[in-house]
Amino acid sequence: MATLIDAPAAAHAPTSTPPERSVPRPDTVRGLLVYLLLGTLFGIVLTKGEVVSWFRIQEMFRFQSPHMYLTIVAAIVTAAVSLQLIRRLDLRAANGERISVPPKVLGRGTRYWVGGTLFGLGWALVGACPGPLLVLLGSGVSVALVIVISAMAGTWAYGVLRPLLPH
Amino acid sequence: MPDGELLKVWPWYVTGPLIGLFVPALLLVGNRMFGISANLRHACAATLPTRADFFRYDWRRTGGWNLAFALGILLGGAVIAMQTPDGSRVDVSPATLASLGALGVRDVTGLVPRELFSWQALLTVRGLVMLVGGGLLVGFGTAYAGGCTSGHAISGLADFQLPSLIAVIGFFAGGLLGTWVVLPMLLGA
Repeated sequence: MATLIDAPAAAHAPTSTPPERSVPRPDTVRGLLVYLLLGTLFGIVLTKGEVVSWFRIQEMFRFQSPHMYLTIVAAIVTAAVSLQLIRRLDLRAANGERISVPPKVLGRGTRYWVGGTLFGLGWALVGACPGPLLVLLGSGVSVALVIVISAMAGTWAYGVLRPLLPH
Repeated sequence: MPDGELLKVWPWYVTGPLIGLFVPALLLVGNRMFGISANLRHACAATLPTRADFFRYDWRRTGGWNLAFALGILLGGAVIAMQTPDGSRVDVSPATLASLGALGVRDVTGLVPRELFSWQALLTVRGLVMLVGGGLLVGFGTAYAGGCTSGHAISGLADFQLPSLIAVIGFFAGGLLGTWVVLPMLLGA
């Protein structure tokens, strides 16, 4: 539910006090199984679309094929149309919650371009963003475990340094 | 790739929309926002001892669903790998094969270049920089930016969020720097 009251969210939010989104209900085992199944489907889609290939990422950053760009743009357009439909039809989630997309806080924007550039550099080196990284591990590229643990270490380092970093 | 419908590669106009549909699917199932990199934070909060505020929250409630989703992604990769024979090759453009060949990457079977993605490679400087350095940057960068390709490029751009556009421009700036400057230095040496 909408907790961040701003113009776009408020336009879709009920006037009565909405339940807090920041404290979601704990998931039941059955609920977690649904997400496990969805994740499995996502892993299959990523693999079948070759999005998880280091070679495809190199091809993309070298502008040698439109494959990745077309895939990403088609994904964004589909998600955008879906979000509009959810809003227009005022759909609710299966658990009865009113669907809300929390807006990201811009601030000075430093975190987005600095963090984004650092991630992009890592993306080119390992040839995989976090989702495909898990696919690689699952598909038997055992050394991907080192990349995942390094990524956790990177996130941990951010968490520790966070008070010192400009956002 | 060998014959058989399941083994065939899906074209972008099938994969792209399917990826995009995970945004409404997760919202409709449980009002959850599609984004993978948050799992790195949840995994840290769940396993690492830390006093940093960034990791002090109820990761089971906030991220339990997403960790289950992440485990699923891993399983999905395993399911397809079991059906894909060794030696299968991703059909990248000849230009890419030539570019990579010039950098010494000649084995283009599988999902990753074998010479670079092995345990032995970790003993070399270039392997260490690529795998450990790259991993550190992925983890640090996504946490700093508050999202990765799924959370910013797909969820964020689909919702027309300016912060996500800035982040995605950063992703590409970093990716181009890595591809055109850092990788040639590492591999060409």
